[in-house]
Amino acid sequence: MSVIQDYQASTKTGKIANFVDTRMGASKMVKEFGRKLFPDHWTFLFGEVALYSFVIVVLSGAFLTFFFDPSMAHVVYDGAYKPLYGVEMSAAYASALDISFEIRGGLFMRQVHHWGALIFVAAASVHMLRVFFTGAFRRPRELNWVVGSVLLILALAAGFTGYSLPDEVLSGNGLRIIDGVMKALPVVGTYMSFFFFGGEFPGDQIIPRLYSLHIMVVPALIILMVAIHLFMVVVHKHTQYPGPGRKHTNVVGYPVGPVYAAKAGGFFFIVFGIIALISGFLQINPIWTYGPYDPSPVSAGTQPDWYIGWVDGILRLMPGMLGDFSMLWHIPMPWGWNALPLGVLIPLIPAGVLIVGMVLWPWLERGMTGDNREHHILDRPRNAPGRTAVGVAGVIFYCVMWAAASSDLMAVYFMLSLNDVAYALRFLLIFGPIIGFIVTKRICLALQRKDREIALHGRETGIIEWTPEGAILERHEMVDDYRLYELVAYETQQPIPAQPNNKGRVGLWSKFKAACSRAFYEDRVEPVTAQELAEAHAEHDQDRRKLQGSVGRTVQELEGKRDNS
Amino acid sequence: MGEQRHGDPGKPGAVERAGDDSGNFAIEDPGLPPHRPRITDEDPRAAKRAERQVSFLFILSIIGTIVFFVGYFGVGQLPLDETDMGIIRLQNTLLGLGTAFAMLGIGVGIVQWGRALMPDHEWVEERESVANEEDRSDAVNMINDIADESQIKRRPLLRNTLIGALAIAPLPAVAMFRDLDNTGNQSEDPAQNFGVERMRHTMWDTGTRLVRDVTGTPIKAEDVTIGSALHVVPDGLLDMEHDKLNQKAKAVVLLMRLNPEQMQISDGREDWHVDGIVAYSKICTHVGCPIALYEQHTHHLLCPCHQSTYDLTQECKVVFGPASHPLPQLPITVDNDGYLVAQSDFQEPVGPVYWERDPRPAEERGA
Repeated sequence: MSVIQDYQASTKTGKIANFVDTRMGASKMVKEFGRKLFPDHWTFLFGEVALYSFVIVVLSGAFLTFFFDPSMAHVVYDGAYKPLYGVEMSAAYASALDISFEIRGGLFMRQVHHWGALIFVAAASVHMLRVFFTGAFRRPRELNWVVGSVLLILALAAGFTGYSLPDEVLSGNGLRIIDGVMKALPVVGTYMSFFFFGGEFPGDQIIPRLYSLHIMVVPALIILMVAIHLFMVVVHKHTQYPGPGRKHTNVVGYPVGPVYAAKAGGFFFIVFGIIALISGFLQINPIWTYGPYDPSPVSAGTQPDWYIGWVDGILRLMPGMLGDFSMLWHIPMPWGWNALPLGVLIPLIPAGVLIVGMVLWPWLERGMTGDNREHHILDRPRNAPGRTAVGVAGVIFYCVMWAAASSDLMAVYFMLSLNDVAYALRFLLIFGPIIGFIVTKRICLALQRKDREIALHGRETGIIEWTPEGAILERHEMVDDYRLYELVAYETQQPIPAQPNNKGRVGLWSKFKAACSRAFYEDRVEPVTAQELAEAHAEHDQDRRKLQGSVGRTVQELEGKRDNS
Repeated sequence: MGEQRHGDPGKPGAVERAGDDSGNFAIEDPGLPPHRPRITDEDPRAAKRAERQVSFLFILSIIGTIVFFVGYFGVGQLPLDETDMGIIRLQNTLLGLGTAFAMLGIGVGIVQWGRALMPDHEWVEERESVANEEDRSDAVNMINDIADESQIKRRPLLRNTLIGALAIAPLPAVAMFRDLDNTGNQSEDPAQNFGVERMRHTMWDTGTRLVRDVTGTPIKAEDVTIGSALHVVPDGLLDMEHDKLNQKAKAVVLLMRLNPEQMQISDGREDWHVDGIVAYSKICTHVGCPIALYEQHTHHLLCPCHQSTYDLTQECKVVFGPASHPLPQLPITVDNDGYLVAQSDFQEPVGPVYWERDPRPAEERGA
């Protein structure tokens, strides 16, 4: 007890601290977090954008729940929007119209909610790409990579369940597609669809069910995952880019109080401001122009929200018929035929490969590098050419699927044949990633060679010196040690040959791993060594001495001539 | 780094940290670059200027909040029974502009405060290990002790019965979701209960009139001209109180007229059309979108969702896109009053493929 008596709170802060600390022990937390360091880099902002836009989406969504009626009960619209007056619709659609036209600021909140959601998924995706391309997922952060992947999938679920709630024609057709894909699944598909819709499509249950998922189950899971995600960031401490003074054993950055808190806290308001600006000026999802859901009408050029595009696109790319060969197979069973619509099922494979490959990537990469060490310094993407090339290949694969969701619009705007666009995209889906892999790897190696050149021979200044003997030299300006360190301080991976197992035999799996490892790391640019650097310096000094020597001699000669004359 | 294996084989728990061998790089780590003072560190007038900038931004935020209220109260509410989208748009823009300034003023202000006035020295701190082996062995020992004290290992009967109980205890919670599908339990026929059988049937029946969607007027053969496409539903559907959308999702039909000479008709379908007037399900056989586009000079039907293309002259065979079987045809004829009616229901299930979908007629299926 003597400790408490010894501590005399004299300032106002001290008194508050006394009150809180003696009840909650908050001083420990302040000591832990008050000056915690966060490395600074603009690419670290994407995760923050995702977090902040999620907060904004939760806030605007909470507002919308007070006015939205998630019911599929039949009503006849008698609200403020004249063109739909007297139209039969669901209570959900009617209340969404009321939010837009009769609740002041309701339209604004709807737009904030929708734009915020789009930005949330986009920021999470870009954040994920940043983590991938810099190798931030490596030990000890693999589990946080998995949590992040789960968050991305949850974000898609949150987006889709919300997108469908207004119960208009556009999102209704989206649900129709979900229903069709579900029914395609063998054995369980029809049952899944019936359980999801409460019977035959569309039924009168789906909107309230999606609402429960959208406002409770999915956000609760997202909040839980975000908490785990951030907790792990605190446990691991943030990664940092390579550079002078930045080691695996330290963290270089700004303390939370006051600089980081100011920047990160201010950034929340900036994200909010930008979402508000977009929502004020750019209309999104004008549900009143679509009309209530009806299974018959659909408008041309229907588009899902951007993050669902890739799944919609891959459905479009799959040919249902190859000539006269149908992708619909019938399997004779004792009780009759069962149907296997491969045209719908096959597209699920690339989508699944992309998701599973993403989740498992840290372990796949470890299999190829054999690198099981802790990493706290990020890779510059060029210094991990194999990984960067795989990342670009994955991005191309994704983007081709994504672009396919707009194949009809591309055909219309660029006046192309719809079929040709589909053929081109099918070609790109298969060959785009391969070309992307090869080209990216070459670009990375070229950039590494450029770094090597700069490290060894400095920057070309563009100043050409001509010695009296006729030698022409370009003056190179050597980079300073800080920059030099950035250029030389990296490791290369070497391919791992196939390893014999306990019985001394080289198995197929081992050979496969070795082949992958070779494809990734056979071509590489080793970092500059101390010896090479010394040799290069010696060579430059020699050149310089030569130049200076000959200039000196010429000057002497000239002076000699002048003296003589 | 020439070695391929990291970590100490004798101590499988030990984790090596990358970069501990940083001495291998071409030059020694020169350490953090020297700190370069900002203009606000050296010139008190610049610092004062930064202070004014930040407070100007905060004032801008206050103005933004006022703009919001101007938009909210000044523009006011849309009068009922009057739709002036201009008012809504103006209000939305003012709310957005006001909020944007209110937020950006605060945000940019605080960030500028942090950048220009708060200390910009980077700090360095040691990175402790995420875990250390001493703690880990303590933890493992503790868990082992706990397991020992609980006697779960020594008493397999306890363990196994507990696992058994825990394994089946969640089953009621799963089973309770059975009624998510609440269509069943009304019919005597169990197949009907689960609705799979119901997916074969639509409202179309012998003599059901074809009526226009929305208006509900019946259609005479001479009303259907070559090149036109009518959106058609069965008579009676539009008046339904209950189940209307479910029925419509299966029964909706496209009605078009072709030159009979252009039509390739397969065996058994010779009398399914009326002088070139044909009716096909409007629900795409891919994943169920309504097929809304009819291109009359190519006789192609196109689904706007995924671009499945059907050739009307070949009984809606798939000619492009992801669908893999033709649209089901509705056999039609003319009744005594000259109106178009259905001869029967569709001969195969409409819409997307599902596992139990057997396209053969009932007698072949043995149903």
